[in-house]
Amino acid sequence: MKNLIEVKNIKKNYGKKEAVKGISFKVEEDEILGLLGPNGSGKTTTIGMLLGLLKPTSGQIFINNLKLEENRIKILEMINFISPYIELPKKLTVRQNLYVYSKLYKVQNINERIEYLSEKLRIGELLNSITGELSSGQKNRVSLAKALVNEPKVLLLDEPTASLDPEVGDFVRTFLEDYKKEKKISILLASHNMNEVTRLCKSVLMMKNGEIIDQGKPIDLIEKHGRTNLEEVFLKLSRSKSEFN
Amino acid sequence: MSLTRIYGLFLRHFYLITRSFPRILDLVYWPSIQITLWGFISNFFATHTTYYNNAVGVILTCAILYDFLFRTSIGFNMLFLEEIWSRNFTNLFIAPMKIGEILTSLVITALIRSLIGLVPAILLTSPLFGISILDLGIFLFSLFLSLYIFGITLGILVSSGLLRFGPSFENIAWSTMFLLAPFGCIYYPIETLPEIFQKIAYVLPLVYIFEEARNILINQTVNIENVYYAFIWNAFYFSLSIALFYYSFNAAKNKGTLINMGE
Repeated sequence: MKNLIEVKNIKKNYGKKEAVKGISFKVEEDEILGLLGPNGSGKTTTIGMLLGLLKPTSGQIFINNLKLEENRIKILEMINFISPYIELPKKLTVRQNLYVYSKLYKVQNINERIEYLSEKLRIGELLNSITGELSSGQKNRVSLAKALVNEPKVLLLDEPTASLDPEVGDFVRTFLEDYKKEKKISILLASHNMNEVTRLCKSVLMMKNGEIIDQGKPIDLIEKHGRTNLEEVFLKLSRSKSEFN
Repeated sequence: MSLTRIYGLFLRHFYLITRSFPRILDLVYWPSIQITLWGFISNFFATHTTYYNNAVGVILTCAILYDFLFRTSIGFNMLFLEEIWSRNFTNLFIAPMKIGEILTSLVITALIRSLIGLVPAILLTSPLFGISILDLGIFLFSLFLSLYIFGITLGILVSSGLLRFGPSFENIAWSTMFLLAPFGCIYYPIETLPEIFQKIAYVLPLVYIFEEARNILINQTVNIENVYYAFIWNAFYFSLSIALFYYSFNAAKNKGTLINMGE
């Protein structure tokens, strides 16, 4: 399988503070990798570096075999991101937002793409609604549509189902599973929802204090740490680092 | 440079303006109020001073020119701030847009925003005060162009600060024009300033622009030197602002401002 994301020993320092301390990982095509860790563990910093929003202090990032440092625009054309902390312009209609971002990503056949995503994400009836007036669940699906407007090869998801009701959350998870399978894309998923991670991710990285403190398939980690689910593993690893190193 | 992406970002702001009547009203309202206010003040001065033989015309023309500069600069900053306020900043900077494309799009959009406010204000001066800014003749274009470039330059400088220091730099965005206005010699000749202030004023393009506007209106002559110096200083500050924007963008990538801006 081809690695769509390859991270080699990246570090990020803010002055004397080491936010990420030399981590390496790979994500193959048609794979979802979970990025877990308590707040402040370096997940957002890692995602920021993958998006080109943060410059690593050292190390290298390759997306689809292209070095990020030298191919920022080319890479941004094949990548996209969704997070509850960023939003689309609230005063524009859903269709206008999708149209604008289609232009920014130079999408061909924009109307066809919008129709396709509207149908897949059940937002057809929302296209002429003002984005700021949508419910959280509707906004989430619209943000997902924006994130898929350029048919990304790599999708970075930061808490994609945070604050969603179980029905919408399940819809989004099912959609992501199907979409990944159909398009053979790579997804890096940062989430605090351990059931979601167990369901979606082939393997997970557990980060703490800027380091990867454990990694593997969810089922293997549960077994390795003698716990019954991933949440218990998360708690165990979050509360104590030294015993696992 | 991709025209599609430049057009895409322009569309984002065009949709925003055209969807909101209060936004259009806001663009038109302040320049018109400004012109009306200065018109009446100028009328009063005209009856109490012998300095200007055309006080209303001179002051109103300078008020219109200054307002164009102010609107252009604030307009550019507003476009940048809109992205921060709407929490869309991260989406914009993870789109495959080159810095040059972002700047070009914002420069074009800022011009359109300024013209939306300026045209009604210009139209208002004729019936209310019998003044036409077109009295400046073909040099009006060069003065407007100079002001536009300087307005955009200030906008880019402030946006660089926003990139580098984050939203806390917002207050500076509103105060830049007020800081420079006294040195611009908008309503008075440069000799009015203390000597030390004159030295500062001479390294800004504003003083040449407004001196020339007064020169054309009062003396009915054109001093090409003023136009020339205005463009020279504009070229210097504009290049500096672009360089600073790139520097700030790289500094923001090191410091993490770009990712924190969206949160």
